[in-house]
Amino acid sequence: MQMLMFLIPISLALGGLGLAAFFWALRSEQFDDPQGDGARILTDDWDSRPKP
Amino acid sequence: MAASAPISACPACDAAPLARETASRAIGDKLILSLPTIHCAACISAVERGLAGLPGLKDARVNLTLKRVTLTTAPGFPATDAITRLADIGYEAHELDPGQLTQTAAARTGRDLLMRLGVAGFAMMNVMLLSVAVWSGAEAATRDMFHWISAAIALPTIAFSAQPFFRNAWRALSVRRLNMDVPISLAILLAGAMSLWEVAHSGHHAYFDAALSLTFFLLAGRYLDHRSRAVARSAAQELAALDVPRALRVRHGKAEEVAVDTLTPGDIVRVRPGGRVPVDGIIRKGQSEIDRALLTGESLPVFAAPGQIVAAGEVNLTGPLEVEVTAAGNDSSLHRMAELVAIAETRRNRYTSLADRAARIYAPGVHLLALFAFLGWITATGDLRLALNIAVAVLIITCPCALGLAVPAVTTAATGRLFKRGLLVKNATALERLAEVDTVVFDKTGTLTMGLPRLREDPVHDTGFAVALGLAQGSAHPLAKALLQAAEGTTPAQIEQLAEVPGHGVQGQWQGQTVRLGRAEWVGATAGNDTAVWLQIGDQPPRAFTFTDSLRPGAAELVAALREQGKSVHLLSGDAPGPVGALARELGISEWRAAILPAEKAAFVEALAAQNNRVLMVGDGLNDTAALAAAHVSVAPASALDAARVASDIVLLGRDLAPLSGALVTARKATARIRENFAIAAAYNAVAIPIALAGFATPLMAALAMSLSSICVSMNALRLR
Repeated sequence: MQMLMFLIPISLALGGLGLAAFFWALRSEQFDDPQGDGARILTDDWDSRPKP
Repeated sequence: MAASAPISACPACDAAPLARETASRAIGDKLILSLPTIHCAACISAVERGLAGLPGLKDARVNLTLKRVTLTTAPGFPATDAITRLADIGYEAHELDPGQLTQTAAARTGRDLLMRLGVAGFAMMNVMLLSVAVWSGAEAATRDMFHWISAAIALPTIAFSAQPFFRNAWRALSVRRLNMDVPISLAILLAGAMSLWEVAHSGHHAYFDAALSLTFFLLAGRYLDHRSRAVARSAAQELAALDVPRALRVRHGKAEEVAVDTLTPGDIVRVRPGGRVPVDGIIRKGQSEIDRALLTGESLPVFAAPGQIVAAGEVNLTGPLEVEVTAAGNDSSLHRMAELVAIAETRRNRYTSLADRAARIYAPGVHLLALFAFLGWITATGDLRLALNIAVAVLIITCPCALGLAVPAVTTAATGRLFKRGLLVKNATALERLAEVDTVVFDKTGTLTMGLPRLREDPVHDTGFAVALGLAQGSAHPLAKALLQAAEGTTPAQIEQLAEVPGHGVQGQWQGQTVRLGRAEWVGATAGNDTAVWLQIGDQPPRAFTFTDSLRPGAAELVAALREQGKSVHLLSGDAPGPVGALARELGISEWRAAILPAEKAAFVEALAAQNNRVLMVGDGLNDTAALAAAHVSVAPASALDAARVASDIVLLGRDLAPLSGALVTARKATARIRENFAIAAAYNAVAIPIALAGFATPLMAALAMSLSSICVSMNALRLR
């Protein structure tokens, strides 16, 4: 049972990390064009070097 | 153009457009172009790569979901550069009104909903994890600890994530009405409070996971709803942005561009050939021909001379006109028509959607059931805690997870599919109304036809035709252009002293003779029923070239498909009987009426409705707007006049009419899916309610039933093809 003292906070913290990542993605407008993002992986425009 | 417009003497009138311009500058130098034709990955890279080299352009980013591109530019970058570049690589582009603050507001609410959804999802999964431990047999102190942790996660989450429901419920209650959000809020709040109390008294059952999954699933429905509406709204705004309300005002011999709403009666406005008359007025100077097709449906242009009255929305064809304003802005006939439409709209808004009808039965039913359970158990056992527990269980179990998803899941799938086919559904209940249609009424000019003339018969390629072509080169009149398009092999004759006589036609010298191409009266002929131009060479008798309106692509297929589906099809037009009859015969429409007035159109539609017909009206002109608003559901092509598009529920984005017949099928299927979803929800309730009433419900059962019914409903919605 002692284990739970560590495991529950750790699982919550990890979940919270995921939530924070979601917030970041949302704030940086990554959910504004779901269709376009799905299509963009098919293009090879910036495969060799990143977009300036 | 906009930047060089001088500030007028009336600051209040200018305030709105000025605020709009300032707003666009505040966002930075961003320019948004609408790209109605993009649809795939190749389009994205073609557009972005095509724009990349433009001087002054820093970045271009395509949004495929909203079909637009956002340009980050250096100050003073002209939008026309980007538009011409895009046209060169084959993409149609329109500049969007930069002051679309509502657009960013919609994006903000979307992001806000998504944020609440994310938090609810996170909390739901964690609490569910802890709940599983309790369900699988955690006892005494361990169970209490898990419950307390659950409470610590669930209560703040509910306070944050369920806010949209609380707000809506409060709004409804404060005007003494019940909506779907009232039982939802009650269930969430009571479940939270009840569980907290149970946990404090180390009870066995806590419904934190149920309250959270309720919040999560319902928020998902809310978000879907918001998204499909946001896409429709932004596309509708794009259409509105196509009409720029500006006019050329003449003062002291100089013309300046001003916003239409700054004009006052008595001002003189210049209307260039090819331009739309922005105001109601009287012609003071100039001669021309006027195309009234959008207002009356007449396909023949009308001669215009000083003293004649013109109305806003008419198109000036050949010569420049100076018009004295008699009514502008809010007083003009265009605006009055828009008001008529607004009145008709409120009448239509009385249509109650399936979801509303379900909510109307459902909301009081649930409250009564919970109350009944509470009273029944308290009289039977006298145990307040047990009775409250059961009442809350009833509220949670009957809570409309499935019901909340039933409609948005289907409409999102259906409107998304229709949008891909080029149909923009503007109104939330339009799909349901479209599914009920049994009668279709069409307008002619601009709807079934393109409103573009085409030579009726293949011309005889003789010298006369060559002379006509030579004369046609001197004019921008639509009929002259149509004549030139039919030229094929014939070389236009050399005409000297070519001159356009505004309002009449073109005149010139050919081999020493005076030649004329123009209106019948001008060359001394009598006008027939058909659209025609007349050619006169010297003293020879005049000769006519007759035109028909070219059929809109897909029109014939649409009419055939509608008749196959068993709909009755009508054709109503303000045009002369000749062309209307010819078109009706060509398409096989037996019920047609010509030369009818706008009010008669609306009356005709209302008469059909009075005979219990559900009418779909398809039209584009100002003369159709009243009928569009009066119909059960209405469709306008993108080329239609503003007022007509506003009055209609669905806008056809492409030129092709054919997708409309598919839309009727999709709408019927979507409504069937919605009904099926209601049936699924009802079946689930029929099983769950007795169990809850009998007091056998556990949190595990509630969680299982809720997830199962929500997944069933969403899957059923996805079956829509």
